[in-house]
Amino acid sequence: MAAAEFDIPEIKESIEIPKLREGVMSHAKSFLAPKPVQDYMGYPHELGEDWKERAIDKMGDLLGKYRSLKVFLDACVHCGACTDKCHYYLGTSDPKNMPVARQDLMRQVYRRYFTTAGKLFPKLVGAKDLTKEVLDDWYSYYHQCSECRRCSVFCPYGIDTAEITMAGREILNHVGMGQKYSNEILGKVQKIGNNLGLPGPALEDTLIGLEEDIEADTGVPVKMPIDVQGAEVLLVTPSADFFSEPHVESLIGYAKVFHAAGISWTLSSHASEAGNFGLFNGNYETMRKVAMRIRDAALELGVKRIVVGECGHAWRVAYSFWNTLTGLGYGGNDPFSIELQKQLDHNYPQPQHICELTNDLIKSGKIKVDPSQNDDLVVTYHDSCNVARASRMGDMPGGQFIIPRELIKSVANNFHNMADDTIYESTFCCGGGGGLLTDDLMEVRVKGALPRATALNAVVQEYQVNFMATICAICKAQFTKVLPKYGFDMSMVGGVHQLVGKAIQLEAVEKTDSAE
Amino acid sequence: MIFAGTFYLATLLLVVGLVYKIFDYSRTPAPLKIPTTPAPTTQKGVVYRMAKEVVLFESLFKSNKWIWVFGWLFHFGMLLVLIRHLRYFITPIPEWLVFIQPFGKYASIMMVVGLLGLLARRFVVDRVRYISTPSDYVMLVLLIGIGITGMLTTFVVHTDIVALKQFFMGLMFFDLQPVPQDPIILAHLAMVALLMVIFPISKLLHAPGLFFSPTRNQADNPREHRHVAAWAARLDQNN
Repeated sequence: MAAAEFDIPEIKESIEIPKLREGVMSHAKSFLAPKPVQDYMGYPHELGEDWKERAIDKMGDLLGKYRSLKVFLDACVHCGACTDKCHYYLGTSDPKNMPVARQDLMRQVYRRYFTTAGKLFPKLVGAKDLTKEVLDDWYSYYHQCSECRRCSVFCPYGIDTAEITMAGREILNHVGMGQKYSNEILGKVQKIGNNLGLPGPALEDTLIGLEEDIEADTGVPVKMPIDVQGAEVLLVTPSADFFSEPHVESLIGYAKVFHAAGISWTLSSHASEAGNFGLFNGNYETMRKVAMRIRDAALELGVKRIVVGECGHAWRVAYSFWNTLTGLGYGGNDPFSIELQKQLDHNYPQPQHICELTNDLIKSGKIKVDPSQNDDLVVTYHDSCNVARASRMGDMPGGQFIIPRELIKSVANNFHNMADDTIYESTFCCGGGGGLLTDDLMEVRVKGALPRATALNAVVQEYQVNFMATICAICKAQFTKVLPKYGFDMSMVGGVHQLVGKAIQLEAVEKTDSAE
Repeated sequence: MIFAGTFYLATLLLVVGLVYKIFDYSRTPAPLKIPTTPAPTTQKGVVYRMAKEVVLFESLFKSNKWIWVFGWLFHFGMLLVLIRHLRYFITPIPEWLVFIQPFGKYASIMMVVGLLGLLARRFVVDRVRYISTPSDYVMLVLLIGIGITGMLTTFVVHTDIVALKQFFMGLMFFDLQPVPQDPIILAHLAMVALLMVIFPISKLLHAPGLFFSPTRNQADNPREHRHVAAWAARLDQNN
């Protein structure tokens, strides 16, 4: 199954809605998680005799715990508004990649086992027994959804397919069909502290190497501290930032920002990962366990602020869920939340996005930048799905669109947006989010990137754009891998703080920083 | 008598079914903050967002202008028609209801045109055809049937409207009166009763469902307010 041959779609002038081609992606199957991986997560690794009962029981359990699931399974009227909104449908033309059809894979079972109409008249309402074929469809098509929420923007009832996909994957896990990629990562982050499985000493070596590189490059001793007790800021960033290209360029950018602003900061080896794949699998407890590492590290190091690096889904979890899951935020009046809240500096939002922090520093003149350093670039910005549709920055709704663009424009002179229907809340996912960033789903990833590649191509043609900035580790990894298949250079993709790192003026405050 | 019984039963099923569903939605927690952003940051803002969804079908407008036009014509046509129908349940008829009478009459055209458009999409657009189940067609046909029989009695073959009102007033005050024996009005009434019965067990639940949709009814304030469901709060105590 690995490295199956497939045709790369052709980039057209504009994004086209394809005619249906049934079943063309049913062969796409992510590798199943083997026994040790499933064991660690507490899931079975193969279908038992009773898989069907287990699946229905789990569905019932989730229906009782999540209003979203219950309402979304009931409310759809099959109006068709979402049918041309998913990048995987646009890229593959498989009708089961239309959001409503993806939902219906579960809805048909829900109707059969949980609704009067489906029990009495299954054919009439499209209800179906849960069979092995249906389960296989779930596995295939719930791993062709990046949980990007684009469909939920356009649904008249706000039905979010991500919620259904998450529930589907959770049920699949409970019957023994876990996905290798995501579940392996969930093991690594809990056992070692980050998704890449990079142990503490290796991380320290990497950071020392980077410090040397920066000093050789700039002549300024910019530090990358780790596990520093009493630092003001704990930076939590995706582990890809430590060694992947182009991610590491953004890490260098964050370090320069802290240095230039004279803010004491630290990374944590225990919480050396912002990413939280618990989100993708729809398991609240797993997501909470992974998030608790951040709380523990914050309490242990005694930091006053928590800042999150460039990572889309991590920012969703941090911004929208950390307060709920771990009490990291404000407004909690229970002992659990108060313990952390009293340690935090209430002058800042908690958690804070690195773009919020840097943008504030530039606007208030606390750090100096020279945008002409990026004059070789014509920049566009890819709104990452989770940042765009599941979080915010700043005080105003839509700040998640404004702040990164403000920041880019302050550090680069040439900026052009892509087409309106492909950015902001209508942004297209990179095609690799939601636990799909694995080689065994390469066909899905390449085809799912078609709408974004098409929009990018348009600004490349019109404005000679040669750099697409983004603030997500998954977007960066995905684009550097799949954009070359569409004929783009992989170095076109990078972080916003990669631009900041190039434009920032370090000398100005060099002398004061050690005093902080 | 059969019709009286049918309407009592249909009303009972509609009310009990809907009350149960609304109770069920409201008791099911939403453990996480999942508004589709950008979202309002205050509860007042949420009311405004929701109002735009309910009245203008804002998200649908962003999505697809054809579905929006047909959907909006149908729903607002139906709303006017339903308001006009209050005259069969209220005595004496208040002035505003008299005023609305012509609008309510011609709104039936809006309603049926909208429905026909929605039905046509199910045949014409391959993506919508793929996702349509038999009940999707049946429901549209049923509504079109209700609309057309209603229009026939209003515009073509007038029914004994006084007797009809006596029938409904009789139902309301448990003083049963005979229903007019006119095949068109009987068909109209039978289809309405059927629609009432299937409402709480079908996709027609999108009406109450919208108000409970967490992606639309939550305020975007997770950094300022800690949001914890009861079942999730128990996890905090084990730490």
